[in-house]
Amino acid sequence: MALLKIKLPFQKRVRLAQGLWLLSWVAMFSGAVTFAVGILLKTELVRREEVMHNNDIHIVPNLLMVVGLASVGINICAGKVCQDSLDTSRFPRWKTVLIPFFCVSLFFTTMLLIAMALSYILQPSLEESLKLGLKNGIRFYKDTDTPGRCFQKETIDRLQMEFQCCGNSNYRDWFEVQWVNNRYLDFTSNEVKDRVRSNVDGRYLVDGVPFSCCNPASPRPCIQYQLLDNTAHYNYEHQTEELNLHGRGCRQALLNHYRGLMNTIGPGVLSAFLMQMSVLLGLRYLQTSMQAVGQENMEVETEGYILEKGVKETVKELKEEMSRFFQGQVDAAPPAAQPKAEPEKAAMPAS
Amino acid sequence: MAVLRVKFTKGQRDKLAQMLWLLNWVSVMTGIILFSLGLFVKVEFSKKEELMADRDFQPVLNLLIAVGLIACIINLLGGKICYDCVDTNKFLRWKLLILPYIICSFFFTGCMLVGALMCYSMQEELQESLAEGLRDVMRYYKDTDSPGRCFLKHTMDLLQIQFQCCGNRDHRDWFHIQWISNRYLDMSKREVVDRLHSNVEGKYLLDSVPFSCCNTNSPRPCIQYQITNNSAHFNYDYLTEDLNLWKRGCHQALVEYYTKLMHSTGSTGLLIWLFELSILTGVRYLQTAMENVLRQGDPESESDGWLLENSLVETARNNFNILKNLGKINQIDTATNGDPNIDKPSTAIYGNLFNIKATAQKI
Repeated sequence: MALLKIKLPFQKRVRLAQGLWLLSWVAMFSGAVTFAVGILLKTELVRREEVMHNNDIHIVPNLLMVVGLASVGINICAGKVCQDSLDTSRFPRWKTVLIPFFCVSLFFTTMLLIAMALSYILQPSLEESLKLGLKNGIRFYKDTDTPGRCFQKETIDRLQMEFQCCGNSNYRDWFEVQWVNNRYLDFTSNEVKDRVRSNVDGRYLVDGVPFSCCNPASPRPCIQYQLLDNTAHYNYEHQTEELNLHGRGCRQALLNHYRGLMNTIGPGVLSAFLMQMSVLLGLRYLQTSMQAVGQENMEVETEGYILEKGVKETVKELKEEMSRFFQGQVDAAPPAAQPKAEPEKAAMPAS
Repeated sequence: MAVLRVKFTKGQRDKLAQMLWLLNWVSVMTGIILFSLGLFVKVEFSKKEELMADRDFQPVLNLLIAVGLIACIINLLGGKICYDCVDTNKFLRWKLLILPYIICSFFFTGCMLVGALMCYSMQEELQESLAEGLRDVMRYYKDTDSPGRCFLKHTMDLLQIQFQCCGNRDHRDWFHIQWISNRYLDMSKREVVDRLHSNVEGKYLLDSVPFSCCNTNSPRPCIQYQITNNSAHFNYDYLTEDLNLWKRGCHQALVEYYTKLMHSTGSTGLLIWLFELSILTGVRYLQTAMENVLRQGDPESESDGWLLENSLVETARNNFNILKNLGKINQIDTATNGDPNIDKPSTAIYGNLFNIKATAQKI
């Protein structure tokens, strides 16, 4: 009992081949777009890799790039097969190649779905990575004289200004870290000495933030020091002041940015997947219907199907073939040839 | 004595027509490029219009956009004409239209040249406009409570952050204006009152700058207040410190940016003008060659093509005579004392383009 068998007279076969050729060009274009989208995502991730702790999320753009390239190749082949199917002298050379070709194509097409799934599954991992990365960035903000960390200040400043955010979760993260280098602290002054002694680790902690946290939309000049002290500034109340600094944390800002990017890419990838699957399905029908067409008579009506037997029977056959392949190691060739001959013999009476 | 006469065989004529058809389509693309470039520049100017005082740059920009659009239309028509020129029957359809088309295109390419050259002439006006505009924006920086000016602080801050600049010429411009609104000044404090009294206009002047002047490349946290006071900060020397604030003035930064933009637009315009001119020359040769073929009667024969049938001086003289005689159509001939019944044939010669003999009434 073949799976989804349909009758294909000669005219319909020709139409199928022509329509499929056109569709394969469109699918090739969408494969190229997938590749470009993968590159775009990778570039965006690499730009901010200094504030990310690990690179797990990079697997999504890598997959997209690989699948995009493979899809272009697959669709070029599919187009060629469609062109050759109208010419009986050229089609037979594809006969042995098509089954492995289908397996490889199916593999790459499912990779697309996996990439989409991964982009959602890996979001908690991205959040963790950003949390750790930002924490380190803020910790090493002051180390502009330490090689390997001297760029952190510039990175964090630019990040906070570009994404309009402050700190990891909010601006209070800056109160827990010493972000002023000791080189610029006058250790002879009492105020500095008091602050340094006031905590266990001997850090100079202030209730102040760097200038990059300042919100340009604020109506008053930026207040960055003594933020919690209402009396230090005229007409200022830190509990009600909203516009002075950027309200959200950089982790949330970056997460939203990447989430938005992946949500935009999602539908495109899904449509590329559907297009590719329809090309493969059409090609399978074309292949199975062309199997019965002989050299002499091109105009005969044939049947096309997805699987020759039902799903269960095909799986059973595959299992038997696999076990035979692994058991019969010595004479691997003849036993492998026999099961292949059986489906072909079964196909002949069917048509 | 024709100007730049060239002989064309039938095959050469066909090839010329096909090449011109292709070039016209390429020219449609370049017209679209010029149009979008004009739009882009217009958007860039409008984004910073609060920083530009008074001067109107719209005419130049609108000219660029219009030129790009008209180039597309003219070249589409040109493409159709050249496509039809291969076949002499189809050419007859266009015969009367081609010369006006060529004349119009010639004037249009003149407009294109003017537009491209105007892009280069904007620098002076731009500099003045930006200097004035920036001065005003800095003056109203503190007026975040006045309607119509409340957004100027935001604009200036974003400008200084984006273009990495500070003040008009440099950061000291901020020392001469009051950029902190009186709403945030505690008038009960002595220090504030002293500062206000220290100058004639009663402005609160500081040796400080807004936070947007801070340089992100600085290794130390930004020093924006008491900049000239070395003792106010540890390990700080105002005269040698150069990474603390942005060094460049916003006037210079903006002028450089807009000049670069206009120069590249102008260069693109000039290149496209040269291209259009060469296409127009080709179309003129094709037109004259096809007309000569028709005059000779044999479509397969060789014919001559030229830019002008007579030399430049003669053509100018002939056209001038045409214009003169156009005015005389309604005038009575005074040689016969105004008597229209005298038998005197009169001929009107309108140059080489048309030969019309008008005979007077015979009694």
